[in-house]
Amino acid sequence: MQTIRKLIQAVWIFLINGFWGFPITGNLYQGPLKVICSPGLNCYSCPAATTYCPIGSLQQLLLGVRFSLQTGHYYLGSFVLGGMGLLGASFGRFICGWACPFGFIQELLHKIPSKKYSIPPLLNWCKYGFLLLFVIVLPLVFVDQFGLGKPWFCKYVCPAGTLEAGIPMVLLVPDLRTTLGFLYLNKICILIGVIVWSVVASRPFCRTICPLGAFYALFNKISLVKLDLDKEACTNCKACHKVCPVEIHFNETPGSGECINCMKCMTEACRFDAIHVNVAGYRLGQPGKRPAVTSHQ
Amino acid sequence: MNGKLRKTPFILLGFFLLLWLVGVSLGEPTRVLEQAKSICLSCIGIG
Repeated sequence: MQTIRKLIQAVWIFLINGFWGFPITGNLYQGPLKVICSPGLNCYSCPAATTYCPIGSLQQLLLGVRFSLQTGHYYLGSFVLGGMGLLGASFGRFICGWACPFGFIQELLHKIPSKKYSIPPLLNWCKYGFLLLFVIVLPLVFVDQFGLGKPWFCKYVCPAGTLEAGIPMVLLVPDLRTTLGFLYLNKICILIGVIVWSVVASRPFCRTICPLGAFYALFNKISLVKLDLDKEACTNCKACHKVCPVEIHFNETPGSGECINCMKCMTEACRFDAIHVNVAGYRLGQPGKRPAVTSHQ
Repeated sequence: MNGKLRKTPFILLGFFLLLWLVGVSLGEPTRVLEQAKSICLSCIGIG
């Protein structure tokens, strides 16, 4: 199952970044597909990007709300928020585990042999702060004389933007190199920090910083497709704790916002068929035969 | 198939579909497309 997941993640990377004509055109993709919402975090300024980044677009619409109202438009972000909500309400954080390019990159980095560290659970709350402050409040509140704000998360934080757009575009467009300064250096430092952190800890960006992950986390308990626990079948053997890449205790907190629904616990740990995929209230697949033993040990 | 239909996801899907349609009717897709077609200097760390 995990091999299938890796393949699906790779397919998503190439679907969302499917424009490989950029070395010839010298510019990013500008076709009509860019009106489609990318399910995962993927910078739309990546020269190969074929879809828009929901976090980037939401900020761009929110930072210009006052300006658009002054000019008689009503660009309030409902199109982007609606798209994000449709994805979140359907799949919750399945998207993080199966379709996010930046999540996949972190998983690959974590395969590099090194000493591994856990992440204090308290840091998981930071991503909600990034969503609320950097994506919503700051772009809306701090505006210039024209009523325009800044895309705070993209500008000061997003390492996905630096990796997928910042570095490639600077290589692709030589004129941009003359304008690089402190902001670029700051973003390169954040990217290096996230890369190193991803080697020694599992998916640190998704767990502590990603505002899109925070948004999808809100739906994890109630999404159309979700991972569910059969409490009667669970023996509390804790096997699911040991394989979880985001260090949650699935049998204690099923539907946790931290769960990226990678299904490792279901396919690689649980021998009692206690974890299953639930679609709109119905279990996907029939319960298997449960072993007579009561523990993994 | 055992279980009971969960209504909450459908209510949420309906709500967000409505929100999405409001955005479409206000012309937001054109604005999103305009933004996504151009290089976001802020995302790169320049603007």
